[in-house]
Amino acid sequence: MSATSRTTRTGRTGRTGRRRTSLVALALGSSIALAACGGGGFEDDSADEPASSGDGPAELQVLIASSGDAETKAVEDAANAWAEESGNEVEVVVANDIGQQLSQGFAGGNPPDVFYVDASVFGDYAEAGNLYPYMDQLEGADDFYPNLVDTFTLDDQAYCAPKDFSTLALEINTASWKKAGLTDADIPTTWDELSDVAQKLTTPDQAGLVLGIGRDRVGAFLVQNGGWWVDADSGEATATEPSNVEALEYVQGLLKDGSAVLAPDVDAGWGGEGFGTEKAAMTIEGNWIRGAMENDYPDVDYTVAELPEGPAGKGTLLFTQCYGIAADSPNQEAAVSLVEALTTPEQQLKNADAFGVMPSRESAQADYVDQFPEDAPFIAGGDYGQGPVNLPGLGPVVADLDSQLEQLKTADVTGILESFQKNADAELQ
Amino acid sequence: MSRSSSIRTGQARAGWAFVSPTLVVLGLFLAVPVLMALWVSFTDWNGRGSPFASGTGFVGLDNYRELVGEQGGLTRSDFMTSLRNNFFYVLLVVPLQTAFALFLALVLNQRMLKGVGFFRTAFYFPSVVSSVAISLVFLFLFSGGGVINTLLDAIGIDGPTWFNDSRGLLHLLGDGLGLWNASAPPSGLTDGGVLGLTWWDWLAGPSVALSVIIMLVVWTTAGTFMLMFLAALQDLPLEVEEAARIDGAGRWGVFRNVTLPHLRPTMLLVTTLGLIGTWQVFDQVYVMTKGGPGKTTLTPAYLSYSYAFDNQKWGIAAAMAFVLFLIIFAMTTFQRFLFRDKDAIETKRQERRTRRLRARSAAEGGTAS
Repeated sequence: MSATSRTTRTGRTGRTGRRRTSLVALALGSSIALAACGGGGFEDDSADEPASSGDGPAELQVLIASSGDAETKAVEDAANAWAEESGNEVEVVVANDIGQQLSQGFAGGNPPDVFYVDASVFGDYAEAGNLYPYMDQLEGADDFYPNLVDTFTLDDQAYCAPKDFSTLALEINTASWKKAGLTDADIPTTWDELSDVAQKLTTPDQAGLVLGIGRDRVGAFLVQNGGWWVDADSGEATATEPSNVEALEYVQGLLKDGSAVLAPDVDAGWGGEGFGTEKAAMTIEGNWIRGAMENDYPDVDYTVAELPEGPAGKGTLLFTQCYGIAADSPNQEAAVSLVEALTTPEQQLKNADAFGVMPSRESAQADYVDQFPEDAPFIAGGDYGQGPVNLPGLGPVVADLDSQLEQLKTADVTGILESFQKNADAELQ
Repeated sequence: MSRSSSIRTGQARAGWAFVSPTLVVLGLFLAVPVLMALWVSFTDWNGRGSPFASGTGFVGLDNYRELVGEQGGLTRSDFMTSLRNNFFYVLLVVPLQTAFALFLALVLNQRMLKGVGFFRTAFYFPSVVSSVAISLVFLFLFSGGGVINTLLDAIGIDGPTWFNDSRGLLHLLGDGLGLWNASAPPSGLTDGGVLGLTWWDWLAGPSVALSVIIMLVVWTTAGTFMLMFLAALQDLPLEVEEAARIDGAGRWGVFRNVTLPHLRPTMLLVTTLGLIGTWQVFDQVYVMTKGGPGKTTLTPAYLSYSYAFDNQKWGIAAAMAFVLFLIIFAMTTFQRFLFRDKDAIETKRQERRTRRLRARSAAEGGTAS
């Protein structure tokens, strides 16, 4: 017993020494590995130089967040056609989680060359220097809706070409409309008329209007009243302006007198579900509602109208994505040429046909309305719509706003706006 | 002597050779990323290029100050909300899943039970099904017009809209008991507060939405822990139990004084694994609620993910991860302290005392001779 313990003890001193050396070795090893990772960063700097051009065909990678097979196929076809014509190679990759995959690419210094950028993350990407501004090289760049280009503009620099867009409009259940004794002449064009028809449409089984929760729906009322959460030009928050308070109070009034409900109140995930299940006679949603109604609620007849005008005129919200080109891409010239091919009016009309999005070029508007006359109220919003809050760093602030707007019916409107203002000011200063 | 030491050196070299693949893999995929994340938590890295590149600024403890410091605005209140949610979550899930698992294991361990294999598989089944799949099923079960509410309706209860209900259970409980009115909370609780949340917010308890996630997790994890308990129970010799019976212990007495003490190491394992797992809950939140309604299912793990990948605030996200690590570390240490084997410690102490006494007496004997 005592003998063994003695040998262990003598053995231990030797082993501790050895253990220390190996620990040092491990630490050295990991610091070398860390340094190697760091090296990758310095190499990036060379990639920042303008793209190489003309030395052989480029191999482009395009990362898209596809809405389905139809969109994937449309993008693949267009990209392959461009590749064939220009002699380059293109690979279209459909992302599972585009935010995460792009982050990996940006951090690793090898992002895809062309990728979708949603308007709500644009500011962060642009500020971090991940995006290559190419609008001045794009042919026909002034043909895009100015509101859309503004959405992808930071510090007076337009970065990327809008892929397509969607707007909000008012959807009306035809049967309920008739049952309430309303005619085409009654389609609301002002806030008062909206309150009026919402009240007339409200029955014990059906609310007049169902609204999805969050800033992406009530925001339209702010625009109609001449307000907005932030001023993109000055980069300041403007939430506490009286126009915003009035707009939210108007919506709150509708909710309080029961002529409007929020989607969760009627057990719906979004406005379209509450509308499709006929728990409400009207909703405010974008053109994506077409597909949902066709697939899930084919028996519900409805018409679409432009959103009513507020005291400050027409207003709606724009939702859009752009084709971003990576600042680290070695094939920027080829990438710009690919984006040009993907955004021609012809291609945009093909996309509209394939997966129901609206062209972002004004020159395609007339043809689009010819093809889809019933979508005229949606595309009209392209002229007066407002894009999402795109200032960098505001993600958590607008998420907090959304969470507070869940309680819009009972909440203190001024309190919501003040807390947004305070949080946004802290982030933007 | 020198010969034996050279043999030993050879052994050590061989030993290192054998473990080196594991060390390299662990170092590369565990130590290096953790160290990198630690570095990121001290910088303002914006996700572009390597965090060690020259453009990344070192900001010291700023990110940590945003999380817990006085000037932390929304970030701090988000983080504290997530800690509050996760705290109530842990407080309910760990005891419930442990008790449930133990109960299932005791049921399966009865010698009279027929078809043990079937039940064991049935109870274990939720644990091997993908948590994403189960989450989706729960989304349907607990939707406002879903199966659960239809069943509740049948017995005359008007069920809540589960995943859309942000009301806290403690708020509701206090309201039900007449302690306060949840729609007009007492000003004593709403006026004061600490770390960016009012006392009223801290005391909300898990929201209705979070309690659905709690039920789900208890149900899915109990199977795994049941197996651990079952294995330990089957180690308990029958004779010990019979001897206790002969000594006059009843069923409850045997359970309390024989079975439970025997299960202590397993209990420590189960609660420790449970504690670590529950503080890191992510999948269910990501699939079912994304932190809503009203941020009541926000957890630190999900918040960290969202700050990093949705908002490019990598430094703050990494800092959150390390604060979470410290919390888990502190709590598991405390738990080990609670579960320490007091008898064993006492035995060791006595042994040491005896040895000291013996040494002293030997020394005295030496001087005497």
